[in-house]
Amino acid sequence: MATKVVVDPITRIEGHLSIECDVDGGKVIDARTTGTLFRGWELILQGHDPRDAQDYVQRICSVCPVTHGAAAAFALDDAFGLTGQIPENGRIVRNLILGANLLHSHILHFYHLAALDYVTAPNLPPLVPQYAGDYRLPAAVNAAAVQHYLQALEIRKLAHTMLAVWGGRIPGQRGIVPGGSPANVDTEKIVQSKFLLAQVTDFIDNVYIPDVLAVAGAYKDWAAIGVGCKNLMTYGGFPMDNNGWNGKRFYSNGVYINGQAGALDPTQIGEDVQYSWYKDGIPKGPYQSVITPEPYKTAGYTWLKSPRYDGNVVEVGPLAKLWINNNATLKSILPGEAAFSVIGRHAARAVDCSNVAHAMADWLMQLTPGGPTCVPNEVPQHAEGMGINDAERGALGHWIVIDNWKIQIYNAIVPTTWNASPRDDNGQPGPMEQALVGTPVADVNNPIELVRVVRSFDPCLACAIHLITPDRKVRKFRVY
Amino acid sequence: MKGLSRRDFLKLCAGSAAAVSLSELLLPHLLEAAPASGNPPALWIQGASCTGCSVSLLDSEQPAIATILTDVISLKFHPNISGASGYLATKVINDTAAAGGFYLVVEGSVPTGANGMYCTVGETENGQTITFVDRLADLGSKAAAVLAVGTCASFGGIPAATYGGNPTTHGGPTGCMGVLEFFKQKGITTPVINVPGCPPHPDWMVGSLAHVLLYKTLPPMDQYNRPTMFYGRILHDNCQRRQYFDNSQFAKMFSEPYCLLELGCKGPFAACDSYKRQWNGVSSCILANGPCYACTDMNFPDGSSPIYQRYPDVKLPDIDASADAVGVTLGAAVVLGMAAHLVGNAVNGRLGHKEE
Repeated sequence: MATKVVVDPITRIEGHLSIECDVDGGKVIDARTTGTLFRGWELILQGHDPRDAQDYVQRICSVCPVTHGAAAAFALDDAFGLTGQIPENGRIVRNLILGANLLHSHILHFYHLAALDYVTAPNLPPLVPQYAGDYRLPAAVNAAAVQHYLQALEIRKLAHTMLAVWGGRIPGQRGIVPGGSPANVDTEKIVQSKFLLAQVTDFIDNVYIPDVLAVAGAYKDWAAIGVGCKNLMTYGGFPMDNNGWNGKRFYSNGVYINGQAGALDPTQIGEDVQYSWYKDGIPKGPYQSVITPEPYKTAGYTWLKSPRYDGNVVEVGPLAKLWINNNATLKSILPGEAAFSVIGRHAARAVDCSNVAHAMADWLMQLTPGGPTCVPNEVPQHAEGMGINDAERGALGHWIVIDNWKIQIYNAIVPTTWNASPRDDNGQPGPMEQALVGTPVADVNNPIELVRVVRSFDPCLACAIHLITPDRKVRKFRVY
Repeated sequence: MKGLSRRDFLKLCAGSAAAVSLSELLLPHLLEAAPASGNPPALWIQGASCTGCSVSLLDSEQPAIATILTDVISLKFHPNISGASGYLATKVINDTAAAGGFYLVVEGSVPTGANGMYCTVGETENGQTITFVDRLADLGSKAAAVLAVGTCASFGGIPAATYGGNPTTHGGPTGCMGVLEFFKQKGITTPVINVPGCPPHPDWMVGSLAHVLLYKTLPPMDQYNRPTMFYGRILHDNCQRRQYFDNSQFAKMFSEPYCLLELGCKGPFAACDSYKRQWNGVSSCILANGPCYACTDMNFPDGSSPIYQRYPDVKLPDIDASADAVGVTLGAAVVLGMAAHLVGNAVNGRLGHKEE
C-alpha cells in the first residue's frame, strides 16, 4: 500500500507552496503541487496608471524583483510604442541591473536555499535541525562548503551593491522605466561596477562552479533523478538590440518539445484553471485572463494556474535557457540527457551565472558616459503590451491592456507558475509534479529526496509536500 | 547596559549617516549586553510577503548580518534560511513559543479573508492546515514583543491596496491588514514596533531590534508605532535636491538633476531618512533619479499612486499627520514651516500648477 507523508512547510524557497505525492515501493508514483498564498496582483493593478506597474510588480517577489520590473517595462515599452527607441545606454543599464540580480539570485539559491540538502550544517539554529539523510560530501569538502555559505552571503551582497550603483537600491530598484533607465551613466559608476563585478566573477568561477561540480561528483545518481517532462521553453534574455522580444538577445528564445527544437510563438501560451482555486471558464489567452478567486472550489488544489505552450507541459529555468541555446559547457559537464535532472538544474544555474558575469564586464565597456539613457513617454488611451524575458527562475511574461489611460487587465505568468503548475484541463501534471514521479524515498520520516527535487527548480513559493495513497485512502505519516 | 546610554543610542541611530553601517556601530554594544543566560530566541514568520524585507536585511553592511542572527539573538526559525522543513520546522516554532520570552518578527501582510485560507503556512501534528492568521494570533499573543518589518506587516502594504479604482476595496482582494490592526481586532496586547518601508532599510530593522534588546523597552515611536529615530523626519525637508525646489527648478526628465516633484516625487510626506542613509552602501532612490513614492507611509501604496504623476495638491492633512509624527524630534514649527513653504510655492505657481 502506498504511503502518505506530509511535509509542510517546505522552507528555503521564496513564498508558499505545497505538493501531494502518491508513493509506492519506495518511489513517488504521482504528485501534486499546491501554491498556498493568494494576493491577487492582477486585481490590485486594475484601474492604476500603467506606469505604476513597474514598481508595484517588483513586490510580486523580491528575490527576483528586477525581472518583474523589467518585464513590466518591456510590456509598457511595447504598449507605449517605445521599443525601437530605447537609447543604447538605457538598454545596457537595464541589462546590467538584470544581470546583477541574476548573479545575486543564483549564488543565493545554491548556497543559502539548496546547499543544506547536500551539506551537513553546523549545529547552529536556524540551520539545524535538518533532515537525516545521505549527506555524502567528504568532511573537508563539507567544511569548505560551510565556509563558502558565509562567503557567498557577502559576495551576493556585492552583486546587489553593483545593482544599487545603477538602480539606487535593491530590493525595490529604480533603474528600469519605460523608455530606458533613469540612471545617469558616468565613469565613476562604470569603474565601481567593474571592481565589484570582478570580485563576484572570481567567486563564481573559482568557488561556486567547483562547489557545484563537487556536489555533482558526490551525488552522481542525482543526474538521473528529477528528470521531469523534458519539454522546455525560454523567452531568452538580455536584449542586444531594440527589436523587442524577438530581436537579438544574449540568450535566444525558443522551445524544445518532444525532442525537437523550435521557434517561440507567444500566441501559443494559454492558461487552464480547472484544478486551481479560481472560477472556471476564463479565456485562455494572457491578454484576456481575468480571475475570480474561489478558495473552496472542490476540484481545485492550488492558487497557481496551469500555463501551457500549445497545450504542452514545459519546464522553464536556466536549464531550459542553456539547453535551447546549445550551451557547450553544460553539455560537456552532463552529456546526453543527464542535464534533465536535479544536478542538471544546479549545473545550468552555475554556468548561466558565469556566462552572465563575464558578459557584463563587456557590457560595462559599451556604455557611453554622459549619453542619453531614456526617452520620454506618454500613456496612450488604448493599448496592449507584452514583456517577455527569462527571469532567474525561467520564462517570465507580463501582459497589459490599457483602456482610458488606465490598466484594464494585467497578467503576469511567472516561472514557478509554469514549473509548479497543477494538472491542466487535459489532466497533464505540471513539470515539478512530473519530476517528482520516480523519485526514490528512502525514509518517509526524512524525505530529503523530495525537497532536493523541489528545490532544484528554485521555486519562488514556500512549499508543503503531501504524499497520499493512489486510492486516496489517507494514511498519513508525520514527518520529523 | 553600561557602554551606551539610551540617549546616545537614539542619537546614534538618528545620526548614523552615509556609508557608515549602523549595525557595525551597534554590534559591540549588543555583544557586550548579551545575557549570560543565552541569546534571546526569535522567530521570523512570513504572511502575504515577497521576501523583500528579508533580502534587504541580508544586504546590510558589515558586519555580516549572520553575526547578529547568531551571536546576538538566537534565530530559531526563518522561512528562507531554516534547515528544517515540514513538521520538523513547525515543531521548532511550537517549542520556541512554548518556552516563551521570544521576539517575533513578522514580514508580510495579514490576509484575513476567507477565514485565512488565502495564506496557509503548515499543518498541525493532526494534519490540520494552519493558516497564517492563526499562526500570528498564537505566536503574537505569546511573544515578548513584535517587530512588524516592512509596510505590509506595518500597515497592510500593496496586498491591502484598493483595487479597480474602488476606494471601498481597502484590504485588497484578500482582506489584508497590518499586524497592529489585526492584534486590535483579536484583543492581543503584545507591543508592536512598526518598521515600514518597501523594503525597510536594514538599519531600521537592526536598530529597532537593538533598542529592545539593549534597553528592554520600546523605542520612542510616533502615532503609527514607527521609531522616531528613523521615521522622525520628512525626506523633502532634508533632500539633497532641496535647493532646486527652493529655486523652483523642477526636472522634466529623469536625467535632470533638479527637484523631482513634477515627476511624481512624494518626498513632501515621506517619513524617511534616506537623504542621509545610503542603500546597499552606495545610493538611494533620489540619488538614482527615482522620485520617492513614500513607501514608509501608512497609506502606501494608495496614497502614492500614481507614482509618476505629481501629487495633485500639496495635501495639508497628510502633512499635519506627519507634523505629529515628527514633532518629537523636530518640533511642529519646522514642519508647519515646510507646509507654509509648500503652500507659498503653490500659490506662487512655482510648483507648476496652481491647485489652491
